[in-house]
Amino acid sequence: MADTVNAAAKVAAATALAANAFLGADEGIAGTNKPVSPLPAFIPSFLQPMWGFPGFRFIINYIQASYRNDPVRSFLELCLVIFVIWWTSRTKYKQGRNEVVLTEGEVDELVEDWKPEPLVPALSEAKIRALEKIPVIDGPSGVMVRLNGKTPAINFASYNHLGVISTDKARETAISVLRQYGVGSCGPPGFYGTLDVHQDLEKHIAEFTGFPSAILYSQGMSTTLSIIPCFSKRGDTIVADEAVSFAVQQAINLSRSRVYWYKHNDMRDLESVLKKVNSSLAQRKGPLSRRFIVTEGLFQNTSQIAPLPEIIELKEKYKYRLILDESHSFGVLGKRGAGLTDYFNVPTEKIDLMIGSLCNAIGVSGGFCAADKDLISHQRLSGLGYCFSASMPAILSVASSDVIGILSKNPESLLAPLRRNTKLMHEQLSKISGINVEGHQESPIIHVSISPTALTKRKSNGEWTRGDVENALQDLVDEALKNGVLLTRAQYVDDHEHLLPNPSIRICVSAQHSEKDIAKCAKVISNAVQRVTKKK
Amino acid sequence: MGKGKRATPPIRTTEEIVLGPQHQNQLDLPKTSASHSGPANDTLEAKLLMVRHTKPNSPEKPSSVVDRRRQVSIEPEEGTYQAKTPSHLGSQEESGELDQVPTLILVTTYFSYFILIACAHIRDFFGKIFYPNEFRHLKEVNGYAPMVSDFESLWSRRLYSRISDCFNRPITGVAGGYVTLLDRVSLDHNRSFKLTGTTTRALNLASYNYLGFAQSKGPCADAVERGIKESGITASSPRIEVGQSRVLLETEELVARFVGTEACMIVSMGYATNSLTIPSLAGKGSLIISDELNHSSIVSGARLSGATISVFKHNSVADLEKVLRKHISQGQPRTHRPWKKILVIVEGLYSMEGQFCNLPGILALKERYKFYLFVDEAHSIGAIGPRGRGVCDHFGIDPREIDILMGTFTKSFGAAGGYICANKDIVDHLKLNAFSSVYAETMSVPVLRQVWSSMRIIMGEDREHALEGQERLDQLAINSRYFMTRLREMGFMVLGDPGSPVIPILLCNPSKIPAFSHEALKRNIAVVVVSYPATPIITGRVRICLSSSHSLEDLEYALEQISEIGDLLMLKVRPPTINAISDGGSASSESHHHHHQMKKIL
Repeated sequence: MADTVNAAAKVAAATALAANAFLGADEGIAGTNKPVSPLPAFIPSFLQPMWGFPGFRFIINYIQASYRNDPVRSFLELCLVIFVIWWTSRTKYKQGRNEVVLTEGEVDELVEDWKPEPLVPALSEAKIRALEKIPVIDGPSGVMVRLNGKTPAINFASYNHLGVISTDKARETAISVLRQYGVGSCGPPGFYGTLDVHQDLEKHIAEFTGFPSAILYSQGMSTTLSIIPCFSKRGDTIVADEAVSFAVQQAINLSRSRVYWYKHNDMRDLESVLKKVNSSLAQRKGPLSRRFIVTEGLFQNTSQIAPLPEIIELKEKYKYRLILDESHSFGVLGKRGAGLTDYFNVPTEKIDLMIGSLCNAIGVSGGFCAADKDLISHQRLSGLGYCFSASMPAILSVASSDVIGILSKNPESLLAPLRRNTKLMHEQLSKISGINVEGHQESPIIHVSISPTALTKRKSNGEWTRGDVENALQDLVDEALKNGVLLTRAQYVDDHEHLLPNPSIRICVSAQHSEKDIAKCAKVISNAVQRVTKKK
Repeated sequence: MGKGKRATPPIRTTEEIVLGPQHQNQLDLPKTSASHSGPANDTLEAKLLMVRHTKPNSPEKPSSVVDRRRQVSIEPEEGTYQAKTPSHLGSQEESGELDQVPTLILVTTYFSYFILIACAHIRDFFGKIFYPNEFRHLKEVNGYAPMVSDFESLWSRRLYSRISDCFNRPITGVAGGYVTLLDRVSLDHNRSFKLTGTTTRALNLASYNYLGFAQSKGPCADAVERGIKESGITASSPRIEVGQSRVLLETEELVARFVGTEACMIVSMGYATNSLTIPSLAGKGSLIISDELNHSSIVSGARLSGATISVFKHNSVADLEKVLRKHISQGQPRTHRPWKKILVIVEGLYSMEGQFCNLPGILALKERYKFYLFVDEAHSIGAIGPRGRGVCDHFGIDPREIDILMGTFTKSFGAAGGYICANKDIVDHLKLNAFSSVYAETMSVPVLRQVWSSMRIIMGEDREHALEGQERLDQLAINSRYFMTRLREMGFMVLGDPGSPVIPILLCNPSKIPAFSHEALKRNIAVVVVSYPATPIITGRVRICLSSSHSLEDLEYALEQISEIGDLLMLKVRPPTINAISDGGSASSESHHHHHQMKKIL
């Protein structure tokens, strides 16, 4: 009997605590005013020390009183407690509901039986060859490089369009910075990794691009991968050009946003996609989600230039924001080399987020985002590649600053020869028979592929696979290298690309090339094409 | 702060014998005071470094590097080995971070956050009524959804912004044992900062400069200078196209040898080493099991890969086994097809906790459950283990037992970027398929040279500086153990395993987080304070990173000041224990002994 009373008292005590506020407040006061009562008989001995605890006596008295005076209420309270216990302990909805219930023995057996695939697949012969074909550069990289310890070759493979970084002056500056700052910054920007030279570079970039503010990232590809997911989240919408570079594709993938692709640089298709998306979004309830158009300035994979004025018109009409990846156009396009806004003379306010790279035309390393102040400061806490990664070494930061300094003071000194060389290269290449030249006339990145008609001479039977075409292009690269011109095939991770571009050789023109270099390159390619296509 | 204090450095006997005369020199130098600023201090620091790392000429000098290495490695590491038997880890597993925190502090912390968040909402509520313009960017304007949602940004607007002056503090020069901060003020409640133009020289307990290779002078800087002259600065191309230089291959070969694996691939950014490599190791139909406290880069990489992701309780081998059993037996979700492969990803040293991963425990499961193991040694490589080879070295495990060893050069090597070490097949596959090697720029020459020269010094391969690497490693081990022991003695809530150069002290209450940072800076000490979202909301902490470039005086100064701050902020809530570290190993008792001696002398 004592046990049941005890249990009931415990349950009731818990309830009473909760119910006190609503119900017996006056009773409670009455309880405390009572003279000190002796220990009731039903309190078990182990609770006796608690008797002196403030409030305990009051609770017991309260329970006692309520139990005596109003058994119905006590019953209701008990029901409530039971309900709460039932509610909290009942099985909840679980995601993995189609789990099979297995005994431990069965699990052991399954564990025993399970055979994993190897961590990486065995390399095919083609892959092994590809690995061996990666050139090894001795000494500095620049317009002239020395390969595998052999004679020098003219470099048409590096993205180093301005070529400032390979000058002696850049090296001298690098050494003086080294003597002041060392190499690594030893911490992320948040934790004493922000150097004054980083802040200077951010300021230079903002001034040069014409945006209010800028933020630095320490690797080109990670820049894009960090910025897009920082703003576009699950539930948001991205409309993107289907030919965007791999970094943008992966950034979209990482953002977990809904993505719709439009045909490469096709404004009509973009408009129809925007219309379709907007109408489907209009049917959804809930707050407005963010909508972005994502495109590249100068496309890495096609060397085309995005028609910015039209895109801006559409974005304003359909109320989208524009994320413009200028990884390849920054430092190349426009009068000052400030990118697409400069090229089309569009005010920067029209672009919401500009992504730029310091590893391509600038030739150093890292990347940046230029945008409104609020959006930049948001990235300082939420841009994962900024927040969780060590900042850029001071040497590279100052080197980038210097290149941008030259561009803002005397852009013609770099851009005029670059434009001249680009034009010359396009002219020379277009004369060569047996190849297809792809790319905008002003793009210093030019994709060259062997035209199918020329290729058919090489191999008469069997179907042409991608591998065969790649082999033919690799032969062309090897042939060119024998004659002192360093080229490279455009490389992709085939099975991760959204739309795998056709195999090509990517030629990068630099401001530091001479006219003779360009002529030599064209001649070597022409000869190599002849030889490669004749080969059985 | 008498002279006598400096007379007994807490350095083991071997060290005293070997470095005896040099330490005498050190004593004659004026005290390294954190309040000093300007270049004078720089030279002093350099002198101290030089003194500490000069090759000893005393007759007691051991005949060879190997001898000396043996001599040194016995003492401090014994404790570690005892401490790190699996049984010890078993007990550690159950004790969470919160066990140290008294209930009162837990309650007040929750209450403080409750008040803070309530205030934030109240301010937002009235702000939206009275200052609608300031909230424009959080509302739908003209058919555009806000870039950052109201709720998402509440934390950064109302809580982080209160203390944002403790973060992103700009510096100049080398972040070595001391760091030069650019002073800044905010006149608009941390919305913007203005540089005042003055600088403060502060003791650096913040940077990941474990072995003190963040230097603008000395053998590494010389090697980098030579490298720039010979090989330029960058290649502006991905590795697979024309970014593979002789310097890169040489460094990769060295790193592979250092880590103890067949091959190595270098990536130009630490974050990208994880985020752009993991997708080439696991994909759809694979399972990635990740420790719940893994770094953001691992999470990004796992998400990019398209594999199914599962998480296990931090450092809990039992939970890992449970997760493995469940997933292997159930197969892929919905279809129940068997998994293609399972990749378990852990960190060697958890940088916010100062905790080693339970490598022996995890390896014990490996054979049975046939998973592949990826260990992120971002913080442990170079800093841990008698030879600085990371957690494998620390636990005495052959690195070849682990499928993939990843690490970064930012921390112990004073450089940047990271590496993946594995057998040749895996590395070859990654060289051709990792996103970083196909699309991202290759590593720059100065960084490669810094890695190359600092690593050779650690390995003792640099003949002119043959002993320096081991000295740095020993100094770091001593500093770490000494500092942690002393902090525990003082009664702080100290996290972390003995031997870890990262020592977090729990602060908990949100108001103590900025207060600690401000008080430390007032005393010319730079520390990192961390709170939500980098840590659980309840365990905001200050994280101290030690370096071999900290001298005994630096540590004594820091301890004294931290103790004062601890009194001021009521942080010493644990009963001061003398043998707080469970292993009670030689190092801790020894340093304690020195501590007592010091007290006597004072």
